[in-house]
Amino acid sequence: MLKLLLKSLLTRPPTVRAPAADPGALEALGRRLEARSRARLGRSLAIREVDAGSCNGCELEVHALNNAVYDLERFGIRFVASPRHADVLLVTGPVTTNMREALKRTYDATPDPKWVVAVGDCAADGGVFRGSYAVTDGVANTVPVDLYLRGCPPTPEQLLSGLLALLDSVA
Amino acid sequence: MTAARHPTLSEYLKHNPGTEGHGPWPRVRLVTDTWMALINRLATAPWDLLAEWADGDTVLAAVHDGTDGAVAVLSLTSQGGRFPSLSGSWPSAIRLERTITDLSGLTAEALGDTRRWLDHGTWPVAQPLGAATARPCGLLPLPYTFLPVEGEGLHQIPVGPVHAGIIEPGHFRFTCFGEAVVRLEDRLGYTHKGIEALMTGADVDRAARLAGRVSGDSTVAYALAFARAVEAASGTVVPARAHWLRALMAELERIANHLGDIGAVCNDVAFAVMYAHCGVLRERVLQAAGACFGHRLMMDRVVPGGVTCDLDAAGGRRLFALVKELRPRFEELVDLYDGTPSLQSRMLNTGTIRPELVRQWAAGGFVGRAAGRDFDARRSPGYEPYPQLEFTVPVREEGDVNARVMIRILEVRESLNLIEQLIRGMPAGPVRGPVTVADDQRHEGMSVVEGFRGDVLVWLRLRPDGTIGRCHLRDPSWFQWPLLMVAIDGCVVADFPLCNKSFNCSYSGHDV
Repeated sequence: MLKLLLKSLLTRPPTVRAPAADPGALEALGRRLEARSRARLGRSLAIREVDAGSCNGCELEVHALNNAVYDLERFGIRFVASPRHADVLLVTGPVTTNMREALKRTYDATPDPKWVVAVGDCAADGGVFRGSYAVTDGVANTVPVDLYLRGCPPTPEQLLSGLLALLDSVA
Repeated sequence: MTAARHPTLSEYLKHNPGTEGHGPWPRVRLVTDTWMALINRLATAPWDLLAEWADGDTVLAAVHDGTDGAVAVLSLTSQGGRFPSLSGSWPSAIRLERTITDLSGLTAEALGDTRRWLDHGTWPVAQPLGAATARPCGLLPLPYTFLPVEGEGLHQIPVGPVHAGIIEPGHFRFTCFGEAVVRLEDRLGYTHKGIEALMTGADVDRAARLAGRVSGDSTVAYALAFARAVEAASGTVVPARAHWLRALMAELERIANHLGDIGAVCNDVAFAVMYAHCGVLRERVLQAAGACFGHRLMMDRVVPGGVTCDLDAAGGRRLFALVKELRPRFEELVDLYDGTPSLQSRMLNTGTIRPELVRQWAAGGFVGRAAGRDFDARRSPGYEPYPQLEFTVPVREEGDVNARVMIRILEVRESLNLIEQLIRGMPAGPVRGPVTVADDQRHEGMSVVEGFRGDVLVWLRLRPDGTIGRCHLRDPSWFQWPLLMVAIDGCVVADFPLCNKSFNCSYSGHDV
């Protein structure tokens, strides 16, 4: 244990430099967000992640945002355990019919102002699962979406620059 | 001990030969009498149920005999949509048969539990793999009756489907006496995406993409299992180099997931330093995978006929360097894990499952191997290139959280060794060949592949035009979730996250 701690003191941190905010996402958000809500939050975002039937691939990369390499919290963005504490719902998956009601209730439980970020290709339009009897072809068919971060799954860098764009817009 | 020797599956197959058109293992077509005889035999024979599913009006069961390594598919054409349940001899068949009813509309006779399983009543069709009749459905799921629990002073804690962490959705119903869990029952199906119905009629390439998204953490294992089933059904021969590249990706996937799990289990007992360090090591693996194969999780790299990527000399050097970097750093973490009494006090004797239960349910992966079930699909039934490689399959007897972590630790070491062997011994040559649908009788194939979580099974039937007639994908979690419900018995509620993480069952893989 001591050896590990000592080594941590003597080596450079594994954390990567911050990527630039995604310009495409910035533009898309600028149109949607009101100036009033931008002023309210400061440079801080609390995110509640909702898996609405993903394959779990997106969750793996969202998880990676919290590791020491990407270290999301240094930007003031953190994941919270309850929608009641959240500013942002980060939704993955095509929204299965079996998860639709749970997603809706989670959205309703999130206080205003709130934003919804749809992560992954299937959250955008159902992706490879589009057209199945058991999915509803994307998040926007259940709750309004403010930002899409596409990819299957999006890499942590892509997620990070998308979330930084969100932060720049609301801050 | 009973005196009479049980017949092995190989002996059974001598008397009940398989029919043509199924590979690589035989498919035996039974009639009601011989199906019933099978059920009676199963009450005493130590055969594993690997899977049970329906294709049209036929029910099929894949079985495995651990004593001689034989595998077979046994099938029965249902009579008026009914077939005798296997659940009397194999309790693991209960959920499989509830699912057969939900998806295909066949009814298992004498099945004790007839509640719907994956069907929550929100699909616009009933029996999507069977009659697929339109039905009215609401946004709200139908009510579900949990198993009754009676007694004074009991209270219930409902959890999910939306959980507090960044994890998949499912519902857990705890019944507690004070802090002690008296009964835990899971309700799954929230992530059901209708993948098997999407596959029906799809061409092999599209179906392979779907297979790689059954459970994202096991995308290589699923793509591999699917590809091997297609190759078995079509008689396709895969170039040798492709086998080795597949194994290389599969071992990288295993290491990445085990590292994530080891850290996450420790994090659930508030030992965050392990979590942080394991997270960095896991990231190193994913970065290397992304650099060498073009995708961090290696999705869509394994396809029927071979692989879509190759490894050049620089890639080989990078993976060698990765192994060289990981080994000492991982051993430091193992020392930390072993030498921290506060960790051990939470993990030893917590979430214990008995070896008999693991054998009865044929639970695979670290859940099985942590409780004495010496099964690894890479070794038996086995597949290329593993017979040419040296590795051991770690097995422990204790069946507790610590044993499941230790199995992962030992497997990380084995997989690091395998990666070195794979790069050193990789044959030259092409990495992908054409998938040729055989014009003879053979058109059904099955495969069993060892993913990080356990054995993934895929069975499929190809149509003459090369599209998928029916594909069934069985996740190892089917036989692990029910054991988690037993493991938590008598533990305090606070131990559930720890037990749950030590199992790390898949929701999406189970719900398909």
